[in-house]
Amino acid sequence: MKRTVLLSAALVAAVHALFAAAPAVAAEIRVAVAANFVEPVKEIGALFTKATGHQAVFSSGATGQLYTQLTQDAPFEVFLAADQATPQKAIDEGFAVAGTRFTYATGRLALFSKDPALVKGEAALTEGRFAKLAIANPATAPYGAAAVEAMKALGVHDALAPKLVQGNNIAQTYQFVETGNAELGFVALSQIVRHAEGSRWLVPDSLHAPIAQDAVLLKRGADSEAARAFLAFLRGPEGRAVVEKFGYGSGN
Amino acid sequence: MTGIDDIWSPVRLTLELATVTTAVLLLVGTPVAWWLARSHARWKEALAAVVALPLVLPPTVLGFYLLLALGPNGPGGWIAGLYGARTLAFTFTGLVIGSVVYSLPFVVQPIRNAFEAFGERPLEVAATLRASPWDAFWSVAVPLARPGFVTGAVLGFAHTVGEFGVVLMIGGNIPGETKVLSVAIYDFVETLQWTQAHVLAGGMLAFSFVVILVTFLLEKRLRRDRP
Repeated sequence: MKRTVLLSAALVAAVHALFAAAPAVAAEIRVAVAANFVEPVKEIGALFTKATGHQAVFSSGATGQLYTQLTQDAPFEVFLAADQATPQKAIDEGFAVAGTRFTYATGRLALFSKDPALVKGEAALTEGRFAKLAIANPATAPYGAAAVEAMKALGVHDALAPKLVQGNNIAQTYQFVETGNAELGFVALSQIVRHAEGSRWLVPDSLHAPIAQDAVLLKRGADSEAARAFLAFLRGPEGRAVVEKFGYGSGN
Repeated sequence: MTGIDDIWSPVRLTLELATVTTAVLLLVGTPVAWWLARSHARWKEALAAVVALPLVLPPTVLGFYLLLALGPNGPGGWIAGLYGARTLAFTFTGLVIGSVVYSLPFVVQPIRNAFEAFGERPLEVAATLRASPWDAFWSVAVPLARPGFVTGAVLGFAHTVGEFGVVLMIGGNIPGETKVLSVAIYDFVETLQWTQAHVLAGGMLAFSFVVILVTFLLEKRLRRDRP
């Protein structure tokens, strides 16, 4: 009994010491981030902490869901969306600071197959040596809309329509291809950039409208030095390097 | 932009799926429920737990494993290979398989309970009257367990109609083939076509209420009619 008391006292002291050791100026900011950008933003967050001492905590979700949450007073200071319309809407409706919106990443579309011989280029679409082609739902997912635009630009959309299967989002679309249920699919380059298996064709930017992802400073973060510092870091050279490493264009 | 067919096609597809699924569930679920109710095997509760898993697992977990199982490297792909296809995902057959797995506990549990409720005695009596086990099953056990069958069938049907996550993950959203009611509603809501969403969602709400009410009333009546 006595020993337990002593032990917990020691534990409490240790925990106090741990917190006291953190730098006094460091602040913690909360960032709402679109699900497709979680991996890169974690890496950027680690570099950001090393450079400034501030901590960034990330909550990920679908852009629309995050938006709904922040209209309900969710404690976010920065919003990294998967599109341009939602951050603009946040400004228009008074949840974000005007003039702070910028494009932090541009998605790249890729045609991908697990079969190393299937995708040699755009010809894979016309050769038709497949039963199912996966795309993200064009009505709800930017990558799906871009895939449809690209197929139309290549003049193959109508011929391929009977072979299309739709994932609810780009993650599910990748899953259809990765599990082999669809022989190939239009996925995000960021999903396949770090492994070399299968075959792929990077769809030229000219075939579809840009898949721009915008960031914005939220009203809650308007007075936060750390939140502004994070946005500056994201568009600075270190942030941009990570963005590009993960297969995105680094915006403007 | 949205025609009547965009609303009717998912409704028809969903009713077809639920009907076929319920038929398969009764065929598969009855022997399972019988064995669970009658067996003295020590590992029987382990099998019961497996059957009940879909109650607890999120549809994303089931959907992910089903996607692997139906795909070219799983048993589903092997079956599809028999008629020249690669995968059972994105097909009506695939949806039936997924729905059967997902709704199995809703059918097995009420039937098992009904089989257990009347105990050993009626079957022993039937045996002394020289009824074969097969005969006793059909003319004694099934009629006595009727409320369980009704509840199981109604719940299995209704649960399949309301299924969303699993279908979303293995269906591929193909109009007329795998785009069922719940997925259509989700699409309408996401694309802000609220009128169509209201028509389908409101219909679903009314349907669910009627199904549950009818189940309750039937159960009450069957219990009262019981000899």
